[in-house]
Amino acid sequence: MAAASAGTPAARRGEQSDMLRFITCGSVDDGKSTLIGRLLFDAKVIPEDHLAAAPRSDHAGPAADGMPDLAQLIDGLQAEREQGITIDVGYRFFATAQRRFIVADTPGHEQYTRNMATGASTADLAIILVDARKGVLRQTYRHSAIVALMGVRTIVLAVNKMDLVGNAKGRFDEIVAAYGEIADKLGLASVTAIPLSALQGDNVAIASTAMPWYGGPTLLHHLETVSTASATAQPFRFPVQWINRDASGFRGYAGTVLGAGVAAGEEIVVLPSGRRGHVDRIVTWEGDLLRADAGQAVTLTLAEPIDIARGDMIASPQQSPILADQFAAHLVWMDETPMLPGRPYLMQLGTATVGATVSELKHVLDVESGMQKAAKQLVLNDIGFANFSLDRPMPFDAYEENRETGSFILIDRLDNATVGAGMIRFPLRRASNLTWQDFTVDKKARAALKGQRPAVLWFTGLSGAGKSTIADGVERRLHALGRHTYTLDGDNVRHGLNRDLGFTDADRVENIRRVVETARLFADAGLIVLVSFISPFRAERQLARDRVGAEEFLEIFVDTSLAECERRDPKGLYRKARAGQLANFTGIDSAYEPPAHPELHLRTPDHSVEQATDLILDALRRRGIID
Amino acid sequence: MPVHRPLDRSYLQQLEAEAIHIFREAAAAFRNPVVLYSIGKDSSVLLHLALKAFHPAKPPFAVLHVDTTWKFREMIAFRDRRLAELGLDLQVHVNRDGLARGIGPLSHGAAVHTDIMKTEALKQALDLRGFDGAIGGARRDEEASRAKERIFSLRSASHRWDPRRQRPELWHNYNGRLAPGESMRVFPLSNWTELDVWTYIEQERIPVVPLYFAAVRPIVERDGLLIMADDERLTLRSGERIEQRRVRFRTLGCYPLTGAIESSADTVPAIIAELTASRTSERQGRAIDHGHGGSMERKKHEGYF
Repeated sequence: MAAASAGTPAARRGEQSDMLRFITCGSVDDGKSTLIGRLLFDAKVIPEDHLAAAPRSDHAGPAADGMPDLAQLIDGLQAEREQGITIDVGYRFFATAQRRFIVADTPGHEQYTRNMATGASTADLAIILVDARKGVLRQTYRHSAIVALMGVRTIVLAVNKMDLVGNAKGRFDEIVAAYGEIADKLGLASVTAIPLSALQGDNVAIASTAMPWYGGPTLLHHLETVSTASATAQPFRFPVQWINRDASGFRGYAGTVLGAGVAAGEEIVVLPSGRRGHVDRIVTWEGDLLRADAGQAVTLTLAEPIDIARGDMIASPQQSPILADQFAAHLVWMDETPMLPGRPYLMQLGTATVGATVSELKHVLDVESGMQKAAKQLVLNDIGFANFSLDRPMPFDAYEENRETGSFILIDRLDNATVGAGMIRFPLRRASNLTWQDFTVDKKARAALKGQRPAVLWFTGLSGAGKSTIADGVERRLHALGRHTYTLDGDNVRHGLNRDLGFTDADRVENIRRVVETARLFADAGLIVLVSFISPFRAERQLARDRVGAEEFLEIFVDTSLAECERRDPKGLYRKARAGQLANFTGIDSAYEPPAHPELHLRTPDHSVEQATDLILDALRRRGIID
Repeated sequence: MPVHRPLDRSYLQQLEAEAIHIFREAAAAFRNPVVLYSIGKDSSVLLHLALKAFHPAKPPFAVLHVDTTWKFREMIAFRDRRLAELGLDLQVHVNRDGLARGIGPLSHGAAVHTDIMKTEALKQALDLRGFDGAIGGARRDEEASRAKERIFSLRSASHRWDPRRQRPELWHNYNGRLAPGESMRVFPLSNWTELDVWTYIEQERIPVVPLYFAAVRPIVERDGLLIMADDERLTLRSGERIEQRRVRFRTLGCYPLTGAIESSADTVPAIIAELTASRTSERQGRAIDHGHGGSMERKKHEGYF
């Protein structure tokens, strides 16, 4: 199936574009930077003062004499020049009479897979570079698999360093045949193979005289003329970026047209609300348009007064996007901290931001063999296939239908880093069969009957810090005051509800997720809930706060030093952990992330149990939870 | 009256649409965004795109010029005239402390002057006015380290750029989320080249500072650069003399640090023709770029635009 191109609007319209975005992929030493340097050099776009500043090449060979080191022209960061490697994705620009080019130069090292995914996300075409001496390697499969996953369907197989294999046709044919198997396996139908030498300049911009057996185009000629247009136009999509208002009462919706165009007067649907209306005007600075095509940034007004916000999507009502709160997607993990199912992330889906979790990690893809492996988490540069659960239904398309409306990024809720990138494959409709049942007797009614306000007191701290002792003291006092309470204790819950879970990071996240949901149910029943859990990760405590609601949530940090906890060691666990009999023990070989802004910070043993209890009761009074 | 635009240069339309998209994302992402206006051709294009992105409303941004007090006089005159024509409010920031200490390019050299009157001044202005998103006209084709920079480029609370901790940027999905104190630099012209900028200026008939066009100007040759004697602060060293030469500027900055090129290109089409034939880089005339390797990169780490 042809992927809709994200790169150039003309390609999306199915026309020949005068701009081509491409990515170069290769392993270390395949000569990627040299190839790009050569393209820029032969296209005569490298300024003379840059050439003069570049170090001379130390390569031998007739064409290399006195040449600048082409790779050095490309590697932009000081660390890259020093180490002779490419760390980060870089972008280069050149133009010929036929086309304007944007080149993403991406690192070949395995640990920088995320940069390749980044470069491929906007590319119309990928150049897969192979060293003629080494042939097709495991990395070649990896690069091709990532590119295929990211929806790039037009491939150039550039067999480089042909001069070092005597420009032999036989070697070239062998490599082309070996790559054919990879392309078949990955469903890459459009592959053009070109034998070349980036260093010597053979078949890059100038046809080689050294390989008379090759009758095809040079790389540059191919790039100038190749069509990357998709066969079918995709339906109209318009993610709303910005509500445009002015003093005269104008109200329009600004965005970029995706898929097929739209004309004034046409019927549209707004998602997620599902309201229908008609395009009234297509407003631009030059004047109103009769129609807008893919890639145009315009402002729409509607004939009907429909409530629309940033993040909504205006779309074709005949072929409307999918609306669901669960879907399956491929996920490229881009952060040092692993992805854990159940952990709450923010998802930027088009122009919308929603809360999202991975509800189930189906498998990790081994991109060197194509094998699917079971896994409990994703680490940096892993590619996984997973089910996602959003906090509300959102409009989207399958990635192969539309690269912009079928993709998303995941953001860490605490440090705001972009941690993952996803390609949606299909919706999961389970949630649509389950509707939330509203009952007449609600939380407010239940709490009123008890004459109290529900709350969740979340005690966090190391094992042996005194969480349960203090929680017990607080519960006794509340009970004496006639309050209805319930305590969820880490050890106790693990005997029942969470009996199936261990102590890996992934299981800890699921452990907390279940406890958060249980605490919510008890709070919904009108109770004051005391939760006493080590809960070592900030992200899960944030989840608890978000799910419960900040106004009913108190995070209580029972801050006891590791040394003091170890000295107390009430359950003998530290001793076991130190002896290596207990793995993943918080504070020993598993991290504890202290709260940044807890509602209460209790430093023991500075505070006695009684003092700590008093401080918590005071806090509840200030919140109006108790009188 | 509905109009149709000719589609002859579709790549320029694509670059324009991408820049407009970026402007709108920036408007939505930040609490207090600002356009950094440096008066040059890229800034002229930037303002033009901002007007287009939010038409018929005014761009929801402040416009800030960090004035080193050493800009060409024609630049300042153009700035005041242009912003008034467009009906945009201009905020001008000068590093008062640096001014009081008498910091200048002639007395302290390019590096110190740029650091204090430009980089420090920019940081002061962002802190003082609480801007959390700063939209600038930098392009990836200008310099090697800029080729590696994101469109939404995160700065720490001390305005530093850390190339090893850049956020991956996929599709057209920009992560604008900030922790308290952090800020974002946003570059809508990231994928434009110098030639694209001029071709767009021609297509859109965008006014630019007349210094870009060739004219006879008073020139001193100093350290291999053709420096214009723009005011009396430029005093001649022994052996130097002012010559009337036909020159133009490819980039504009502080006049004692900005080299002119000998040229007869006095129209936009003539500039485009000259660039098409040219084999030297745009920033070649900028004294500030020519330190040791990684000079621009180091300045960017420190918060330079």
